[in-house]
Formats: sequence, C-alpha cells, structure tokens
Amino acid sequence: MKTLADLAAIRDKMKGKVAIREGSSDTRIVVGMATCGIAAGARPVLNAFVEAVNDAAMTDSVMVTQTGCIGICRLEPVVEVYVGNEPKVTYVKMTPEKAKEVFAKHIKGGAVVTEYTVGSAE
Amino acid sequence: MKELSLNILDIAQNSLRANSTHIEIDLTEDKTSLCFTIRDDGCGMTPEFLSRVTDPFSTTRTTRSVGLGLPFLKMQAEMTGGCFSIESKAKQISPELHGTVVSATFIKTHIDFIPLGNIVDTLCALVMGAGEVDVTFVHRMPEREVSFSTREMREMLGEGIPLSAPEVIAWLREYLLDAYAAA
Repeated sequence: MKTLADLAAIRDKMKGKVAIREGSSDTRIVVGMATCGIAAGARPVLNAFVEAVNDAAMTDSVMVTQTGCIGICRLEPVVEVYVGNEPKVTYVKMTPEKAKEVFAKHIKGGAVVTEYTVGSAE
Repeated sequence: MKELSLNILDIAQNSLRANSTHIEIDLTEDKTSLCFTIRDDGCGMTPEFLSRVTDPFSTTRTTRSVGLGLPFLKMQAEMTGGCFSIESKAKQISPELHGTVVSATFIKTHIDFIPLGNIVDTLCALVMGAGEVDVTFVHRMPEREVSFSTREMREMLGEGIPLSAPEVIAWLREYLLDAYAAA
C-alpha cells in the first residue's frame, strides 16, 4: 500500500539530481492534449511515454510534456520529439504500442521511426 | 469521448490554461447517478462568452474556430437524462472572486451512459501537466472514498522536485490504484 510517506523516500533519492535535470534534458517528448488529442487517445500515449522513461531510468535526460492543439486534429494523437539540436520529429496517429517503439528506437536508439512520422502519413 | 474520465481531463485542461492556482475535482456516485464538478479559480469567462460556450462554434483555440469539449460533455450528460451546468465569473469583472465551475450529472442506468473509465490515468496526466497549479480530487462512492491533494504531495516532496517527475507520477498511479483496490 503506497502512502504519502513514500514521497519522502523519492525526495531523498532525487535530492541534488533535479537541479541538474532542469537545464540538461536534451530530449523532449511533447504530447498534444487538447480535446482532439484526448478524444483520439492521447492519454494512454502520454502515460506510456512517462512509464517508459521511468522504467528505463532516463528521467534525467528525457522530459515528457503536454501541449494544446497542434493543428492537425485528423492525425491525432500527435507527438513531437526534440532531441538535442536535431530538427523536430512529428509522430502522428500514435498508440501506446507505437509510443514504446518510438521510445526504444528513437529516444534510446537514435533512429527516427519514419513510418509513424507526419511525412509518411501525408 | 469513450470514457467520462476523458471528458474530465479535457475540461480540467481548460482550467489549467485559464491560469488557475487551484483545481478541485469532485466525483460523487451512488447506485443510479454519477455527478462531477470541476471548480477552478482561473480567469473565468465573461457573461457574453459564457452564454455561447456550449456552442461548438465557440472556442479559445487559435488553430481553428471549432471547440467541442463542453458541447460534447453537455450532450453526453443530457443523453442519459442527466444535466449539465456551467457558471463563471470573469477576472476583469470580479477581480476578487473569479473562476469557473462545470458540473455534469449522468444517470448510470440509462443505456447511453458512458462509463467513467480510467480515472487514474486521467489524474496522472492532469497532475503531470499541472505545473505549479494545485489539484484536489475526491471520489465519493456509497461506502468509501478515494482522494488526494497535490498540496500534501508537495509538502512531502519539499522544494525543487516537480510533480511532473516520472518517479512522482509513478507513485501517484500506484497510490490511486491501491486506494481504489482497497476501497
């Protein structure tokens, strides 16, 4: 049974790490979470990325955030991935399964999963 | 929306974008009905915007001129024989006390009732995106109750650890799953 007291353990474990984290996340995963995204299934996609980052213990280098409507509602759920100085990659029609694959191949492996990108969908 | 909890996430996202400092989500269920209220202290809406807010051709989005969140919710509640209400006080009109309250009641026994679905996923996604905004949640069921408050979480975590940290979200997920399993 988890209790609030467990958060104290998380605090002690994370102390000192967070300051470094804030400036240095060189990878950002941005999930569109407006009505269009949510209705199309963005919530499980977002949670799949958060879990993947946590499971891979990559919380220091990868940040998962949310944004509003990206403007291509028919292709939701839409996910934008920013790695270092590389150009942004936009993934469309995402699912939790595709999210895990993108995490393994692109975030960890550095290889864009071209078949899920907006360029392939258009 | 396939789950009511998705509507809750959608409406709460509006509260986040309204520059609220606190969002309260209150879910009350009995055998035949489910009622939820989302209350924020954000910038509110003017009477003029409020009067047309359930019209799909009203929206705050800038990418195009259609917004479906509130119209969907109203329709889904009314389809079950339930009801929907929204009240709001705009900051420019009422600088002291402002914000928005959205309430919806659903009749659970009606064939058009959409299940609540994965409320834990909704709360994790909401807290992750909440930044400095505080979220209070309570789900009252006939014989039990599940609740949490980000204020309590922040007190335990102390300064400098954001609620959006995946470690914290993982804790929240397990905490809520435990609470629902025990309830």
